[in-house]
Formats: sequence, structure tokens, C-alpha cells
Amino acid sequence: MQSIQLGGIDYAILIIYFVFVIGIGWALKRYMKGSTDFFLSGRSIPAWVTGLAFLSANLGAQEVIGMAASGAKYGIMTCHFYWLGAIPAMVFLAIFMMPFYYGSRARSVPEYLKLRFDEKTRGFNAMSFAVMTVFSSGISLHALAKLMEMLLGWDYNACIAVSAIIVLIYIFLGGLTSAIYNEVLQFFMIVLGFTPLVYLALRDAGGWTVLKEKLVTVATNHPDKFAAGTWSESWAHMQNTAANPMGVEWFGMVMGLGFVLSFGYWCTDFLVVQRAMAANSMSAARRTPLIAAIPKMLFPLLVILPGIVAMGLHFSGQNSSFRIPVEPKHIVEKLAAERLNIPYDTIKDLKPVQKDALDAEGKKIAEELKQTQPDSTLVAAARTTQTQLQMRYDKLDYNMVIPALLQHYLPMGLLGLCLTALMASFMSGMAGNVTAFNTVWTYDIYQSYFAPNKSDHHYLWMGRMATIFGILLSVGAAYLASRFNNIMDMLQLVFGFVNAPLFATFLLGMFWRRATGHGAFWGLLSGTGWAAIFHGLALSKGAAAGIKGGWLAQMLGLQTIPIPFRSEMAQNFWMAIVAWTSCFVLTILISLATRRNKTDNELKGLVYSLTPRPKSENEPWYKQPVTVGVLVLGATLILNIIFW
Amino acid sequence: MNFDLRYPIGIMFSVFGAMLVIFGLASETKLYERSLGINVNLWWGLVLLVFGATMFLMARRAGRAAKESAARPVPTPAAKNGR
Repeated sequence: MQSIQLGGIDYAILIIYFVFVIGIGWALKRYMKGSTDFFLSGRSIPAWVTGLAFLSANLGAQEVIGMAASGAKYGIMTCHFYWLGAIPAMVFLAIFMMPFYYGSRARSVPEYLKLRFDEKTRGFNAMSFAVMTVFSSGISLHALAKLMEMLLGWDYNACIAVSAIIVLIYIFLGGLTSAIYNEVLQFFMIVLGFTPLVYLALRDAGGWTVLKEKLVTVATNHPDKFAAGTWSESWAHMQNTAANPMGVEWFGMVMGLGFVLSFGYWCTDFLVVQRAMAANSMSAARRTPLIAAIPKMLFPLLVILPGIVAMGLHFSGQNSSFRIPVEPKHIVEKLAAERLNIPYDTIKDLKPVQKDALDAEGKKIAEELKQTQPDSTLVAAARTTQTQLQMRYDKLDYNMVIPALLQHYLPMGLLGLCLTALMASFMSGMAGNVTAFNTVWTYDIYQSYFAPNKSDHHYLWMGRMATIFGILLSVGAAYLASRFNNIMDMLQLVFGFVNAPLFATFLLGMFWRRATGHGAFWGLLSGTGWAAIFHGLALSKGAAAGIKGGWLAQMLGLQTIPIPFRSEMAQNFWMAIVAWTSCFVLTILISLATRRNKTDNELKGLVYSLTPRPKSENEPWYKQPVTVGVLVLGATLILNIIFW
Repeated sequence: MNFDLRYPIGIMFSVFGAMLVIFGLASETKLYERSLGINVNLWWGLVLLVFGATMFLMARRAGRAAKESAARPVPTPAAKNGR
């Protein structure tokens, strides 16, 4: 892809935006008097703000870019990440779980675990969460710098430094409030920056009806010969794993994504729950996820539809000049194969020696491509290769769908607005993690293990320090990601093991008073263990044993993979199901075998049956969580039926 | 806290809107070949301008209501919510 040229107006928009971001931090500085102001926004933020921030905290640019990529790759089935994988969990959080988070004395999700179970359960959750936030924030930072380097030709190091400093300033000054306010700003930037892009692309494709016809070709021309409606129907092709490009069947989808992963993320991840805990009343806290659910329901229009449209345009021949770029590594590989006189289609079956020679040649070509003139023969050859590979589904660089659309449709001016929105969401993705990190670090690690009984002023100071070293660690993580891609994959894998069973612990904790501290801790640990074992025995089609799974089977010397999957996604969904179930069952068994460590009195406000229901009868209907929750679920159901 | 987020949102998007409208009026039509011949800067700039102004006015109205009720001895719910 050629780099994008920005004009003066684009830079002006970018700069003005960051002036506002830092200005908000500055304006909030005088409200930061104690640690609750810094970590919980003094519990004083209106519901519409926490609601939009709740949505936005999760909507990093990786999400925007990744969802468009999945939209192109898998079609409208990607919407299940929203309609099935988010909305029901958000409604559940609002109606059933928020009263415990907001109503108990807990200041964080790990602290709830301490109040409900015991110190070790909290410690385990707090540590893994703290490490995870630092790395997620580092990954955001790395992705931002890499994208800007590629799109605009900016310097990687400078991008890292500038973004880290901007985030540092506004969190240091205004704490969680600053992060939340900027998330709301980012929400409007994304909506207002992406709407014209989606409109233009859809208009170019001739509208939804024409696009649907184009998608028929996309599905039927696929090497796996899918049914005509696969890209435009969300449920109709899930009878078995071979019928859709995701390689997932309905049970794995509903249980794995819709139940375990979705509830595990939306109901227990402190990053999002923290936004609701900052609300100014119990009623506002409960409405937070519901207010977020309404735009969330419609967000596929903004983030998934462009991917689907791009796919339709890409495969509509002469009717459109838009193309999704081919992944550079495939171009280089093909050029290298040509130089070494190896037929391109046989490179999958090469011997290790030949494979190494091919890789070395590829590296050389990549270097040459960087240095030669734009009109050289090598560049021309690369362009020809690009065109040749463009019709092959597995060679496309789906992550470049959004950047390619930007470049193709937006003129100077709007381009600046849209790019600013992208950058803003990378940064707020980072900021969200940093604010969750500094809270968990200060309250759950520093205050409970290193320095209890200090003054509130001391913890406020510690929070600011945690912001600084949290950001320094993120910068370190970003460079780690740029050097060793494998370490990042490995870490994300481990977090997957730790997170998958978590919702079972919360569910039992909140709804079964007999659940004990030992039960929770050992249940959680064994859920994590089973997730790892399952991963070691399972592998998706075409993947090599190792980080993608199958390592345990390899170690045991098994000839075949005991649990094969069609796709990595299906493997992940089933791993989550296994982790959740084992945690659920073991927590129950161990709890029954051990003595209760908390009395009914201590569990008041922490367990459903021992907590008085929050009253909301005096509020108008649109402020009643149950009424709004049912309406939201009904609307989601209608969307599912329309796009069945 | 008496810091209404709608002020910065309103001001920022009004500024962006005004910039895009002016740029849209001043730029050549050749620039809009890629956007299917539509002067998207002008049109979308107007949308941003309307959005920004609406946010700003909402914040001002809420601010006034809060001031008026603060002048009264017993604070009404409006004073608590309208910040």
C-alpha cells in the first residue's frame, strides 16, 4: 500500500483534537483531591457519560480494524460478537451484577473477590489482571505506532513517545474521570468520523440489495464453496462447522462466545466495570451497561459493514476500483519463489532446508523493495504479483480493510477526521488499561501487601506514580511486541487460560452463598489448568503444533491430534467452554467439602439471596433497568431475525 | 463536580464542522473524485456544526437550570443531575 498524503487541514484537526484531550485533563485537575476522585471519579459521573465510556473503553482501534477484518473474512456472522457476544451479558451485568459491584464496599473487581471469598482469590485475580492490562496497553501502543509508520511514514519511536506522553499527561492530571471523558470524546469521533466512510463505500457498492448479490459471488467462489447467503445471513449457515468460513457450529457459538467468553469479559473485567462503578448513583451504575448496549447493538453498521462492503467491492471485477491489499509477506514469498525457480503452489510442502533458503531470499527482496526507486523493475514485479494474488482469499491482508477504504474514498479534510478518530481510539484503549492498572495496583496490590493503613493522600500519590510506571511498562511491552511477536501471542494465550473460567467463580459467588474461598481459588486454578491442557491437545486445521495448540499431544508423542478443529476460533470457543465447566463443577465440589469462611452477615450485599433488591419503582420506565434491559434484548432479537 | 462534558464536545465539533465547511467551499471539485463526486467536506462539516451547536446549547441550558435552582433554598433533583 502506498502511504497516505495528509494536508494542512488534516494536521490541524489532529492537533486540535489533542489540545482538547489534554485540556480536559487540565480542567479536571482541581477536582482530584483524594484517591476516590482519582480512581473512582468520586462516584459522581452521570449515566450517559459512564455508559458511552463503558462502550468506548472496549472499542479500541484494534477492535475497529479487527471487526472490519472479520467482516470481510467471515461476513455478517461477525455480528454475533455484538448481538450474541455482548448485549445479553451487558443486560445481565446491569440487572443482576451491578448491585453487588456498586452496592458493596468494593472499589475494584478483585476487591469484590476478597470481600466475597478470601485474600488468595483476590491476589490471583489482581496480579493476573495487572499484568494483562500492562501488556494490552503495550499492544495498543505498538499497533498504533506500526499503523502510523506504515500509513503515514511517521517514525515508530516518535509515535510511541508522543502517544505515551499524551496519555500520561491526561491521566496523571485527571485520573479516571479524564480517561472516561476522553473515551466519550472518542466515541463521538468514531461515530462521526466513520459514518461518511461507510456511507460512501456502501453507495459505491450500489446499496445493500446490490451488495447482497455481489456477496453471493464472494461465497460461491470461495475455495470451500459456501452457500450463496453465507456472507449476508448470520444464523442460517451454522448447522455444521464446514458450512461457514468461521468454522464454528451453533452450539460452540452460543455456549463459547455467547455465554462463557461474553459474560466472562463484560461481567468480570474491571476495565469495563470500573466505568460503571464511577457512576453517580446505584441507578446510574445499573443503567451504564444498558445505555452502552443501545449503540453497541448498532455498531456493526459502523465497524463490520465496511468490511463486508469491502469484500463485495473487491470481488466485483470492473465495477469497482477498490481492492483489499494482499499481505506483503505473500508478495515477497512469491517473488522469492520465482527467483529460486520453485513453483509457488508447492512451497507449503518444502523441506526445512529449502524453506530456509526461501525465507532468506524473501528477506533480501523485502530489503531491496524498501530501498529501490518507485519505478524499478522489482517494484513493478511486486505490483504484478499483488494483482495475481488478489483473487485468493487466504492471501488478502484483511487488517488493511479500513486503511484501504480511508485512502480510497476520503478526501483531505474528512481523512484527517477519520484518522484522528483511529488514533484517538488506540490511545483511549491504552488509557483505559492504564486507569484499570493503577487502581488495581494501588488498592489491591500496594495497599493490601506493601503499605496498608497509609493516608488517603499517600494512595493518591501512589496512583499517580502507578500511572507513570504503568505507562513506562506499556512502552516496554510495545517494544517487546515489536521485537518478539511470539511473546505477545504466548501472553495472550495465557490470559485466555486465566480469564476463561472466571465467570464461573463470579456466578457461584454472587448466587450461591455456600461457595467458599478454597472452592473459588482452587476451582479457578483448575479451570485455568484445564484450559491449558485442552489447548495442548487441540489444534485447528493447517496450524503447526506449538503456540496455536497441540503442544501437549506433541510432547506425548501422539501421531494425531486428539481434538481437531476446523478453525482457531472454534478451538477458542471450546477451550472457554471446557475451562468454564471445570471451574464451575470443581468450585461446587470443593465448596461442599470445605467449611464456609464467611457468615451470612458478612455476605450481606455480596450474595444475591442475602441482599435487599435495589428499588427503582419511583423512577420513570426509561430509568428502570429491568424494563430497559428487556427492550434492549427484544431489539437485539429483532436484528437477529432480520439478518437470520 | 460541575464540569459539563457537553461544552468541550460541543466546542470541538463546532470547530471541526466550521473548518470542514470552509475547506469544502474553498477546495476544487477535483478533490472529490474519490468521494464519488460528493463534496463530503461541506456536507459532513454542516452535520458536525449542527451536532456541536446542539451539544453546546444543551450544556448551557442545563447550566442555567442548575444556577436557578441553586438560588432556591432547597435543592431540587434537577440541581443534582443537571451539572
